[in-house]
Amino acid sequence: MTKKQLIRHSFIKSLPVLCSYLFLGMAYGMMMAEAGYQWYYSLFSCLFLYSGTCQFLLITFFSSGASLLTVALTVLLVNSRQSFYSLTFLKDFNAMGKRKLYMIHSMTDETYAVNTTLDYMPEDDKHSTMFGVALFSHFYWTFFSVLGSVIGQLLPFQLEGVDFCMTALFVIIFIDKWEQTDKHSPALIGLGVGVLCLLIFGQNSFMLPALLLSTALLLLITNTNFGKKDKDAEDENTENKTDDKKIEVVTSPEDIINDTDTGAKEEHKI
Amino acid sequence: MTATPMTPLQMVIAIVVSAVITFSLRALPFVIFHGNRKMPKWLERIEKSLPAMIMAILIIYCLKDIGDNMFGVGIPRLLAVLITGGSYKLWHNTFVSMAAGTLSYMGLLYLFSHVLTIA
Repeated sequence: MTKKQLIRHSFIKSLPVLCSYLFLGMAYGMMMAEAGYQWYYSLFSCLFLYSGTCQFLLITFFSSGASLLTVALTVLLVNSRQSFYSLTFLKDFNAMGKRKLYMIHSMTDETYAVNTTLDYMPEDDKHSTMFGVALFSHFYWTFFSVLGSVIGQLLPFQLEGVDFCMTALFVIIFIDKWEQTDKHSPALIGLGVGVLCLLIFGQNSFMLPALLLSTALLLLITNTNFGKKDKDAEDENTENKTDDKKIEVVTSPEDIINDTDTGAKEEHKI
Repeated sequence: MTATPMTPLQMVIAIVVSAVITFSLRALPFVIFHGNRKMPKWLERIEKSLPAMIMAILIIYCLKDIGDNMFGVGIPRLLAVLITGGSYKLWHNTFVSMAAGTLSYMGLLYLFSHVLTIA
C-alpha cells in the first residue's frame, strides 16, 4: 500500500474509536471544567497519561485531595489490565523499531480492540496501520477532551450532573464483566469489601484499604483449594439460576488466552 | 485525610505519577516476557477476575457520598444508575446508555434539588 492508502486505511479503522472518544473526551473535558480545572490540565493529562478511567478518577482525586498513595495504587490496579493487552502485541511492537515506545504509550482499551483485528494485512502494512490508528486515536482523545474543557468553561451555566458519565461508564463496564463470566465472586468481593470499607473508614479514606483488602482476598480465593471448592459451588448455583445462559468451561490455558482476547475485544466498544 | 482540594503543583505531580505508572504497566510485558507469551497460572486467574472487582469498587467510589444528601443527590444518582444499567441490559449500546444515564441524572438532579424542594 502507498502511504496515502495507509493513512486512509488507518483513518477508516480508527472510526469506531472516534465515536467513542468524541463522547468520552467531551464528557471528560466538561467534567474538568465543571470541577473548575483549566483546559491545559486536560491537555497535559491526555498527552501524557492517556487513560480515560484514570483521568476521570483523577478529577475527583483533585477535588478531594486524595493522598498520592491512593492515587498511585488506584492507577496501578485500574490499569493493570493494560499489561495483559501488551502481551498480545509483544511481537508486533518489537518489530516496529522507533515507533515501539509510542505504541506502548498509546495502547488503550479502544486501540487494543481495533489493532487486534488487523491480522489479515501483510506485516509492514499492518504495523503502519497500527501506528496510524494509534496516532488518530490519541489525537481524537486529546482534541475532544480539550474541546469539551473549553466549551465547559465558556458555557454561561453550570453543567450540573455531567460528572455522572464516569459512573455510567463504570456501570457499563461492570455489566460487561459480569456477563462475561459465571464466577461472580470477584465482583461480589469488590462490592462487599467496598461498602464495608466505606462504612468503616469513611468517604475520604476508604479507597486504599478497599483496594488492598479486596485484592488480597481475591488472591486468596483464586489460588487456594478452598477457593476452588467455593467457586465450584458457586458455579452450580449460577447454573441453576440461569439455565438459559451459556456456560463456558475453560479447560486449557489456550482457551483462557483466546477467551480473554475475544472478551477484551467485545468489552470496549466505547 | 481531609477533603482539601489539591494545589496545582500536587495536581501535576498526581498526573505525572499516574502517567509513569500507566506507562510502566503498558511496558511491563516487554520487560518480563521477551517474546515469550507464557504467564504463570495464578496471574492468568487474577487477570480474569480483577477487572470486575475493581469496577465494583469504583462504582462504590462514585456513589460514596449519596448519604450526605439522600433526597437531593442520592435518589437521582441511584435512579440514574438503574437507567444506565437497565438500558445497557436492553440494548448493549455504550453510547446510548451513557447518554441516557448522564442526561437523566442531570434532569433528575435539577428536578429533585430545585423543583421538588420548592414544592
